[in-house]
Amino acid sequence: MSVRTLEIDGKAVTGVAGQSIFSVAWDNGIHIPRLCHVGGVSDVGACRLCMVEVEGQRKLVAACMTPVEEGMVIRTNTEQLLAHRRLIVELLFAERNHICAVCVVNGACELQDLAASLGIDHVRLRYRFPTLSVDTSHERFGLDHNRCVLCSRCIRVCDEVEGAHTWDFSGRGVNSLLISDLGEAWGESESCTSCGKCVQVCPTGALFAKGKMVSEMRKDRRFLKYIVTAREKHEWVR
Amino acid sequence: MGAVNGNGKATLATVWLGGCSGCHMSLLDLDERLLDLASKMELKASPLTDYKDFPEVDVVLVEGAVANSEHLEHIRTVRERSKILVSFGDCAVTGNVTAMRNAFGVDDVLNTAYRDNSTVIIGIPVGNHIVPGLLERVRPVHEVVKVDYFLPGCPPSADAIFEFVAALIEGREPSLEGRKFG
Ligand code: SF4
Ligand code: SF4
Repeated sequence: MSVRTLEIDGKAVTGVAGQSIFSVAWDNGIHIPRLCHVGGVSDVGACRLCMVEVEGQRKLVAACMTPVEEGMVIRTNTEQLLAHRRLIVELLFAERNHICAVCVVNGACELQDLAASLGIDHVRLRYRFPTLSVDTSHERFGLDHNRCVLCSRCIRVCDEVEGAHTWDFSGRGVNSLLISDLGEAWGESESCTSCGKCVQVCPTGALFAKGKMVSEMRKDRRFLKYIVTAREKHEWVR
Repeated sequence: MGAVNGNGKATLATVWLGGCSGCHMSLLDLDERLLDLASKMELKASPLTDYKDFPEVDVVLVEGAVANSEHLEHIRTVRERSKILVSFGDCAVTGNVTAMRNAFGVDDVLNTAYRDNSTVIIGIPVGNHIVPGLLERVRPVHEVVKVDYFLPGCPPSADAIFEFVAALIEGREPSLEGRKFG
């Protein structure tokens, strides 16, 4: 393993070749905001919240997708980056219908937490108010497109950890929609094993367990670390 | 903050647009702290005040989204006559539950409420000059007039309201401690 030495927010740190900026920062107690990254599955660089500045590079880079290099000087928290992050989160709120007051994860939602940590107190963009459906055809779970931020965590955990690949996106851009199998109702899906991993990794109230009322749903991602440790180290430990 | 009335107290008003009045209930949850505020400011208008003309005030707390023609007219008057306008609670800040109808058309909403799901059908109350007509689109307050401060929450907690109003009277920036959005 060859070691890389670099600087993040003025702090001298080391990582190994191939490790992402995001992961090295995390190991060193620097928590870069993110929405699509979830430990245990691959990264896709979809949400753009983890964009950082690298000295000598004109473009911002996604920390989760960029491997560390020797001598890099990285800034994760400049005014410019904060302004971009605020705008990204505001765009997410304006894109679909986030009515937190009547949402199952109100009070324990990663999108809400991001907004609060970025000091957002209103959305400067015009809300789109799209007409979107809620799929409650599955016996135990539901999918509310109104709350989906298109992070693809569910797709990746279902594909890479459960091995079912029930989920995928249809459409492009603002018309993207999460679908199960080839667009069937979730309850009709032949590939879904009803394991519920997607529900637990979803950062918002888009995927939920039935029977939960407003503010009652709490996601638990500890299972992912358990499975990944077991797979990589062959140790079934909590 | 410059007080406009004779006794040197700052003046406050509260306004109720398209919301459930829960934010006003939360304001009442200040309990004995209301007495503290009353000694420092004068309440000039509220949803319970029978006023013809909205008064000139230092601070106005606006609950609710702009949902009908009356709200639209009223919020413009309120803006003109207030020094500091606060979007008070999620419906004012985001549209919230009041704006859920935006994903459907006004006609669909009225038909569902007054025809399809009604046991007694008395017709749809639009354009009769008694009930104000619904706007095509429910809007957060800052889409309609300039808003100086935002106090999110459904409803904002009594503590958040107290800190906010106290800070505005004292002329300092309200603390954002423990603040949540959405
Ligand atoms: S997922 Fe739910 S709690 Fe989170 S921002 Fe959207 S509506 Fe609010
Ligand atoms: S359903 Fe949840 S996990 Fe899946 S893409 Fe939407 S927000 Fe992400």
